[in-house]
Amino acid sequence: MSRQMTGARMVVQALKDQGVDVVFGYPGGAVLPIYDEIFQQNDIRHILVRHEQGAVHMAEGYARSTGKPGVVLVTSGPGATNAVTGLTDALMDSIPIVCLTGQVPTFMIGTDGFQEADTVGITRPCTKHNWLVKDTNKLADTIHQAFHVATRGRPGPVLIDIPKDVQFATGTYSAPRETKLGHYQPKVKGDLARITELVALMEKAERPVFYTGGGVINSGPGASQLLRELADATGFPVTSTLMGLGAYPASGKNWIGMLGMHGLYEANLAMHGCDLMINLGARFDDRITGRIADFSPKSKKAHVDIDPSSINKVIHVDIPITGDVGHVLEDLIKVWKSRGRKVNKDGLAKWWSQIEQWKLKRCLSYKNSDKVIKPQYALQRLEELTRGRDRYITTEVGQHQMWAAQYLGFDAPNRWMTSGGLGTMGYGFPASIGVQIAHPDALVICVAGEASWLMNMQEMGTATQFRTPVKQFILNNERLGMVRQWQQLLHGERYSHSWSESLPDFVKLAEAFGWKGIQCSDPKDLDAAIMEMIDYDGPVLFDCLVEKHENCFPMIPSGKPHNEMLLGDASTEGAIQAGGAVLV
Amino acid sequence: MSALKIKKGASSHSAYDLRDPNAEVIGSHTLAVLVDNEAGVLARVIGLFSGRGYNIESLTVAEVDHEGHRSRITVVTTGTAAVVEQIKAQLGRLVPVHDVHDLTVEGPSVERELALFKVAGTGEKRVEALRLADIFRANVVDSTLESFVFEITGTPEKIDAFAELMRPLGLVDVARTGVAALARGA
Ligand SMILES: Cc1ncc(C[n+]2csc(CCOP(=O)(O)OP(=O)(O)O)c2C)c(N)n1
Ligand SMILES: [Mg+2]
Repeated sequence: MSRQMTGARMVVQALKDQGVDVVFGYPGGAVLPIYDEIFQQNDIRHILVRHEQGAVHMAEGYARSTGKPGVVLVTSGPGATNAVTGLTDALMDSIPIVCLTGQVPTFMIGTDGFQEADTVGITRPCTKHNWLVKDTNKLADTIHQAFHVATRGRPGPVLIDIPKDVQFATGTYSAPRETKLGHYQPKVKGDLARITELVALMEKAERPVFYTGGGVINSGPGASQLLRELADATGFPVTSTLMGLGAYPASGKNWIGMLGMHGLYEANLAMHGCDLMINLGARFDDRITGRIADFSPKSKKAHVDIDPSSINKVIHVDIPITGDVGHVLEDLIKVWKSRGRKVNKDGLAKWWSQIEQWKLKRCLSYKNSDKVIKPQYALQRLEELTRGRDRYITTEVGQHQMWAAQYLGFDAPNRWMTSGGLGTMGYGFPASIGVQIAHPDALVICVAGEASWLMNMQEMGTATQFRTPVKQFILNNERLGMVRQWQQLLHGERYSHSWSESLPDFVKLAEAFGWKGIQCSDPKDLDAAIMEMIDYDGPVLFDCLVEKHENCFPMIPSGKPHNEMLLGDASTEGAIQAGGAVLV
Repeated sequence: MSALKIKKGASSHSAYDLRDPNAEVIGSHTLAVLVDNEAGVLARVIGLFSGRGYNIESLTVAEVDHEGHRSRITVVTTGTAAVVEQIKAQLGRLVPVHDVHDLTVEGPSVERELALFKVAGTGEKRVEALRLADIFRANVVDSTLESFVFEITGTPEKIDAFAELMRPLGLVDVARTGVAALARGA
């Protein structure tokens, strides 16, 4: 069923054939033929962003909340370079993105043509793979392959650079099923012998813990379901990385909270003290491990990951299992059941009573106030007033992000989008628009810091234009709060450039874009203000003036082991030596 | 084919020194990487090494299967066993990479490098250079009254040894291809 058509038309046809319903993009000279084709059809919706970085983050929000790849279309040169931060973000967090860039015509490549950039060169290290297509006959195949690569194995961003003459020229279109996808077929089934070894350890373990990550979410809802089944049947405690929140429900009985640098006391001590660590789709990131030499010294470790290069990269594990979390869990459960569903009941009972002891620390308690809004309180109220709704949360990067992870509960996967690996300020707002485009009727809230939020505030126009009723919940401390916290703890309270100076009047800013603006500074007014935000049928900019000097605890300073956690301001005196300041 | 020497201070500059100082010794490993011969594939491989702070001692690349569009990249790298495992895994996940073999640990292998040496001189030195070349089974591929170009193949160690001997005899220029290697046996 091959057909002749122009490269530009092929792009649109290939996207349709891949089931794409929305593209986030921004036009320019090198993609005009494609925009001309977009103009002449109605199947694919185009969301016109205000900056290409916004387009990629929107596509990320779309992808993470749907499980489908997000699609971006930008022009050559500055269009492509503006997309780089978003692509890097997607690479670090394993988000499937297909980014199409225009390029100067093939005969001009290498001449420093107008808006020419070496896009494949620039994006080689920040994509999973990229292509420069020089022949219209290969364009459709390349696009189909790109979708394959972006979504198979460990997902990630891919980029296709399409010179303008390739868009104009006519060639033969091939449909997805006519395309040879090449040898890229990552293995999804885990090795049964290894899985059985792990089951044997699970049967005996006295102090097991499931350490789950974004891989569970990326594996699809089935994996989350299997995790719940396994955790509930074995009674093992479950903790998760920032990226994995929602895979196991926060309301589930085995949930012990997030782990890591700002994770819960009980979760980090469980990691430190366990005798069997079962890593499901996480990657032993440095925010998780703290000092490597002291990381969970007494445990046997198993690691399930679809990316073999994640295994034994940072932490040596006893049972490496390469495979998709969902497939491995399925086999694991089968084997465990077939061997009689054994667990070490006595050991587990003792382990849980130990965990309960740790919980008594109430590590998330904070000193509330009736004069100023504490950021933690704001999030507790937000949680209370939105729980049970069809809710999606995105965040920016900083203290507010960590507090959001600590105080909001996620009972389902794909409901929490945050920039974990790259820590990209400016992610949350555009991501929330992407989520809302995918889920028009849902309540989509971006928990933001005032500084991060400003980094992509130009997207207000996008939200207005496309009627996305996103709620921007800004915890405004007039500080680069997380930076200020590190300066307080690590740099002798020298607050070098960590003030948010000259902030706009957020309410007026909202009104300027046709949004609703709300400002709240009194804890007594907070509930009503949040309800006003939720009930408003349109985008809202909520300027929540919070305590300016609150620190985020618990905190494991960089380079410290899990059991040297700071629980509050009192514990920080002299706790961090100069050596720690070298680490990021 | 060209030899490339890229030395980078590995992860010792990283804030997180992931290597156990007491871990096993750092060894030299020859990796054979079979790739699709597509645009940019070499840049991908080299970028991986420089981006992640791995060493490249030598690197050769050429198409080995024209119909199948396959190239073979031979990289000599150094690292502990764990680092080399990680290099293999990182290479393995590049989309155009089909296969990665660590020829140093996967069994016996043969390694060969080709080099060209230009040696200039007259009299005793010239005679001595020719005599040594004969011992090393180097061929004369160009000669003038004042110079020779020798062609030599062998292991990198043999070529190093030949270079040492030629230096005092008027060594002017060297071109080395870098290592090509294959596993022994069928
Ligand atoms: C693009 C980018 N630049 C710089 C940083 C470093 N950084 C991390 S958190 C932070 C402060 C964020 O301030 P704000 O958004 O107000 O959040 P808060 O910590 O105050 O809640 C900065 C500057 C970053 N993560 N991303
Ligand atoms: Mg702030």
